[in-house]
Formats: sequence, C-alpha cells, structure tokens
Amino acid sequence: MGKSSTAKDAQALFHSLRSAYAATPTTLKIIDLYVLYAVSTALIQVGYMAIVGSFPFNSFLSGVLSCAGTAVLAVCLRIQVNKENKEFKDLPPERAFADFVLCNLVLHLVIMNFLG
Amino acid sequence: MVGKVEAVNGGVKPTTTTPASSETPADLAPPAFSFRALKLKTKQQELLIRVTILCLVYVLAFIARLFSVLRYESMIHEFDPYFNYRTTLYLTQKGFYEFWNWFDSESWYPLGRIIGGTLYPGLMVTAALIYWTLRFLRFAVHIREVCVLTAPFFASNTTLVAYFFGKELWDSGAGLVAAALIAICPGYISRSVAGSYDNEAVAIFALLLTFYLFVKAVNMGSLAWALASAFGYFYMVSAWGGYVFIINLIPLYVLVLLITGRYSMRLYVAYNCMYVLGMLLAMQIRFVGFQHVQSGEHMAAMGVFFLMQVFYFLDWVKYLLNDSKLFQAFLRITVTCAVVVGAVALGVGTASGYISPWTGRFYSLLDPTYAKDHIPIIASVSEHQPTAWSSFMFDFHILLFLFPAGLYFCFKRLTDATIFIVMYGLTSMYFAGVMVRLILVATPAVCLISAVAVSATIKNLTQLLRAKNKAAGPGKGATSVKASSKASLDQSLPFQRNGAIALLVGAFYLLSRYATHCTWVTSEAYSSPSIVLAARGAYGNRVIFDDYREAYFWLRQNTPSDAKVMSWWDYGYQITAMGNRTVIVDNNTWNNTHIATVGRAMSSYEDEAYEIMRSLDVDYVLVVFGGVTGYSSDDINKFLWMVRIGGGVFPVIKEPDYLVNGEYRVDKGAAPKMLNCLM
Repeated sequence: MGKSSTAKDAQALFHSLRSAYAATPTTLKIIDLYVLYAVSTALIQVGYMAIVGSFPFNSFLSGVLSCAGTAVLAVCLRIQVNKENKEFKDLPPERAFADFVLCNLVLHLVIMNFLG
Repeated sequence: MVGKVEAVNGGVKPTTTTPASSETPADLAPPAFSFRALKLKTKQQELLIRVTILCLVYVLAFIARLFSVLRYESMIHEFDPYFNYRTTLYLTQKGFYEFWNWFDSESWYPLGRIIGGTLYPGLMVTAALIYWTLRFLRFAVHIREVCVLTAPFFASNTTLVAYFFGKELWDSGAGLVAAALIAICPGYISRSVAGSYDNEAVAIFALLLTFYLFVKAVNMGSLAWALASAFGYFYMVSAWGGYVFIINLIPLYVLVLLITGRYSMRLYVAYNCMYVLGMLLAMQIRFVGFQHVQSGEHMAAMGVFFLMQVFYFLDWVKYLLNDSKLFQAFLRITVTCAVVVGAVALGVGTASGYISPWTGRFYSLLDPTYAKDHIPIIASVSEHQPTAWSSFMFDFHILLFLFPAGLYFCFKRLTDATIFIVMYGLTSMYFAGVMVRLILVATPAVCLISAVAVSATIKNLTQLLRAKNKAAGPGKGATSVKASSKASLDQSLPFQRNGAIALLVGAFYLLSRYATHCTWVTSEAYSSPSIVLAARGAYGNRVIFDDYREAYFWLRQNTPSDAKVMSWWDYGYQITAMGNRTVIVDNNTWNNTHIATVGRAMSSYEDEAYEIMRSLDVDYVLVVFGGVTGYSSDDINKFLWMVRIGGGVFPVIKEPDYLVNGEYRVDKGAAPKMLNCLM
C-alpha cells in the first residue's frame, strides 16, 4: 500500500514536472541542454579518471573544472535572461550574453594555461 | 531641500545649501568672466568637496608612513622584507621566467630552496611592474626605492577602495569617513610603513578590493563584477597566505544568507562565478597548487558551492511545480540523497587522508593552545601571541567603542552588504583576539563599521541643526523656538539645538584626538627599522647603531664568496640579502629538523658543536650580542628557544640543564652547561 502510494506520488511528480517544464521558452531549453551536455562531459571525465588514475592532476582538474565552469556560467546566463526573474528585468539580454562570453573567455584562457 | 547635501566629514559644521547658480540680473554681469559664473550648483559643489577630501586623504595616507625614511634613510626594515627585496631584485635582473623557476642554493645549505614554488609572487611582481613602468617613463629609480615606497602607495589605494566600499555599504559620507579613518589607523600603519616591504602591504589592499567587488557583485547580480572579484581574489592569493580568510568568510556569508532566507538569484550568480573562476585562477600559483581541492581549509567553499546547487535546484523545482504536497515529497528524496552523498564523500576524503586536515598555522587560530604544545616554532614568534587589551586600545583608539555603535546601525538597516560587513567585523575581531598579528586583518572592518556609526550620527545631528536653522528667525538665540515659529518642528525639546551643537563639538574633539593619537603612535612605535637602532648618548645627542649592516658588509667584503655562515634563523634573510653569503637556515623555517640541528649546535659543548658544524661545512658563525648597549633582543635572550627547538628533535638537549633552580642566568652563577656551550 505504501509502495503504490509512493509510486503514484512519484508518477504524479514526474508528470507535473514534465508539463511545467514543457511550458518554458525554447531559448531557455537550449541553455538547459547545454548545461546537461557540460555536466555529462564532466561525469565522463571523472569516470575516465577513475579508470586510468589521476596522474597529471592539473590536466584532470582543468578538464573537469572547464566543464563545471561553463555549466555554472550557462546557468547564470539562464537566470539573467529568464523573463520571469523580477530582479533582472532591467538587464538587457545582450549584456547578459556579453558577460557570459567574457567569463567563458577568461575561464578557457586559464584552463589552457593550467592544462599543462 | 533639507537633507539634500549630505554630511561629508566628521565634525565639519553643516554646509549651508546654496541656491542654483547664475541667475544674475543682466546689468550686473560684465562680459565673459565674472565670479558669479564660478558659483557651482549644489551637486557640483558636493562633488568638488568629495574629490578634494579623497585627494587629501590619499596624500595623508602616504605621508603618514614616511617617518622612518625622514629620520634614518630609505631602507628596508626588519627580516622578512629582505627576502622579498632579494627576490624582487632577482626578478628585475633576470626576468620572470628565471624567477618563476628559481632554485636557490644559497640558503638552507646543503638542501637549497625552491624559491619559485614556495613564495607568493604578488608583491614582487607588483613592485617589479611599478619599477618597469617608471623606467619606461625614463625615471631612473633604483629598485630599492620602489620597494620601500610600495607599501605607502598601496595604503593610499586602500583608502580609495575603502571609500567605494563605504559608499556601497551606507552612503558616500560613510565612505569618506572610512577612507579618512583607514588612512591613519595604527593597526594598518604598523605593517605598511615605508620600508616594510612585506606581503601584507599589498595584501590588505587586495583583501579589501576583493570584498568590495564581491559585495558589489551580490548587490548588482552581474557576472562582470563577479569576474572582477575573482581577479581580486587571484591577486590576494598571489600576495599572502591569509587568503584562506577570504575563502572561508565568503562561503560563511553565503551560508548565513541562505539560512536567514535573504538569498536571491544575484547571490547565486555572484558566488558561483567568483568561486569557480577564483579557484581556477588561484591554482595557477605554484605555492598554492591543488590546495583548493585537497586541503581541509578550503573545503567549506566547495561544500557551500554544492549546497548552493542543490538549494537553487530545489527552489527552481518548487517554482515549476507550484504544488506544495508533491514538492515536499521531492524535497525529502533529494535532501536525503544529497546529505548522504555529501557526508560519504567528506568522510571518505578525510579518512583516507586525501583531504588534508587543517595545517598547524591555521589550526592554532581555532585552538590557541595547540601551537605551544606541538609546534614550538609557531609558538615562539612574538607576533603570534594572543592580544592584550592594551594592544587593541593602542591600535584602534576611539574605533574600539565606535565599533559596537556601528554594529547597531548596521543591524538597524540590514541589507546584503551590511550583513557582510558585520560578519567580516565579528570574525576578524575574534581572530584579532587570538593573534596580535591579525589586528591588521580586522582593521578595515573596524574602520568601515566605525565610519558607519560616525556618519549616521553626524548626519542625524546636522539634520537636527539644519531643521532649526531653517525654522529659526535671523536671531541666533537658542532658547525655545517653538513659541515663535510654525515651521516644520517635529518635536519640541527645548535645548535640542544646543545639544546637537555640543554633541557635534564632542564628536569633532574625539576625531581630532584620534588623529593626534595615530600620528603619535606612528611616530613612536611603528617607524623603527629594527635593523638600525638609535639611542641617546651621554650628552643627549642621538647615537645610531648600525651594527647589523656593518656586520653583514664585513661578511660580504672579508670572506670568500663561497663561505657558509651559521646563525640563528632570524638573520638568514638579511645575511643572504646584504652579506651575499650562503646560510644554513633562514626565516622561511620550512625544515624544522635543520633548524633543530643548528639549535643543537648552539647549545652543545664546543667539541660536539664542532663536529656538527664540520658536517654542515660551516665556515663562520654569526651571533648577536646586546650586552654592551643594552639591546634586549639578542641571541642570549633567544637562547632558550634554541634549546627548546633543538630539544624538540634531539632529546639529548634538555632544557633544565641550562637553568639554575628553574631560573635562566647568564652570569658567573649560570649552569655549567650554559657556560661551556657554544653560545
């Protein structure tokens, strides 16, 4: 009984999440896809490190942190561009995107220095 | 119109508002230039006043630190700055690549020291950049002058940052007061006097800059400001080991905001960008290396980073779902998963030793008795002792009681920025109580919070005065005005105007006493170079003892260039910088066993000591003796520390052997071992 109710709960949860998410604008969905891609790349790299060991540790760190960094920056971009966020309503999306590009540039320059 | 012109500085009588300019009748205005055209609008007047005050404060901060240059000469003080000077010299002579990969075989003979990988390059690179800029502009300066004056220059820059920070916290009036207070505060002057070419000179500027940029990023929610604060953090990491304070305070601040429910999207943007970029940039410094992911001191930041991801993800899901029951279920699942994963990761990391525990230097801040029992080298440094009340009063003066007043004002108007400064103030005051040296870190917080108190109080008082000014007639009689005027009088305390004037005069008096005290303290206590001593001769004339430098130059001129000198570690940096000879141990104190060997040699009988010195290839021994002039911090005074440190590693050296009835005597009645040892 408890099991079916939690299963029903989980299903209801899943359905309402899906329907709510379907309502988000396409631009935000693209950003979400990018975040998902970056996070999965990071996980793949961690898996690879678990298999072959972490010898050039700086290379491993720079790889994982570049993925994590772009994911985080993309989430920040999503927050700033999302029209439903009242705090950012007078921030033009071009400025948000320019900041995103600038931070990514710095991130990747540092990664390239750190890669070894 | 009453409140428009803000009170600009403590104690200044309220500026009267002037009407707008240049509505002069045409007949009075002869051709182009008349004085009436110079009359500025209120806003321009205010800007002029602000800029003038900032310029004056900038110059004041610089010249207040020049006492020792005027009294003695332009030279580097103390011990550590000599190492920094030597490395800066090397950098300007050989270039950055050689500097970054430098292995020094002239210190810690025979081990050598990897200097490129064990120093914080920020200070040296900054001084070298200034030097190259001046050279490019064809000013033929010597690198030593640049090194000596780097600290006052950066102190001036710190006052500017303090102004902007105060403006962000409260208003521009508070900013100006903060700049003025920090320009002469003795707690800061003590480590940034001209000649004190040490990491803190640049680090406090970097610290305040990082904090200001981060608070600005949280207030604006902009990625660009967060990137700027990441760069500020990078500068701080390159400059001083005290960056651990930043990387722990900021996550603590984020945690407090999350817990009290004041979080917002701007916080997410600011913290994440700063953490990821800051961490990556910090790992470029070889000395810091991978500590941001491996050391226990940095784990708080990472923990808060992951917590934030979970927190905001839950927030987003809650917003999507719009239904609280389902959300509760989801919340339960996610939170338990996250907590379990986090605890397991932390446990495995700490148990397997991958995450190193807190190092002794920082652990002794949390547990002050730790160093005394376990690490005598840390305990022996006089700057690491707990702080006495008199030190607080000496270094802060009136700021000490303005600090709680400022805390009160900050609590009255809680914003993201004021929460931050309150946390900074309280944590730094705790650490300042544990270790004397950390009063320096507390100084900017204390100055800012006190500035809030001063500015808010004076603003209220002058508003009272100005209300009375407008309402009162032409007479200046101060008795009850309520009978005669029907203008905007809120309350009718009879002697309110008198009280306000009295309080303003009192505030002005206090601030002037503060300025006098600071100048006196700087002149008497913090301007001695410690390498040159002055005293009064029998006839009242000033006698200068330059023994240290004379000794080092004797070494430089009269010994073969590959001679090895053994001395206690205090003098190592100076011998290598000025004497240009190889030393056995120096102030870096990275190898305790080597220092203990020297300590053992100094405290053994002469024949045993000779064996030890032969094994180390020592040619000369340098000791400092202050008996003739009454100089009290010589090697005889430090001798018991040599015994303790030597005995910590070699149990053959026992401290009671050198004491007589538990007392330390150095005359005829001293212990036999004491009389016959090498010292």
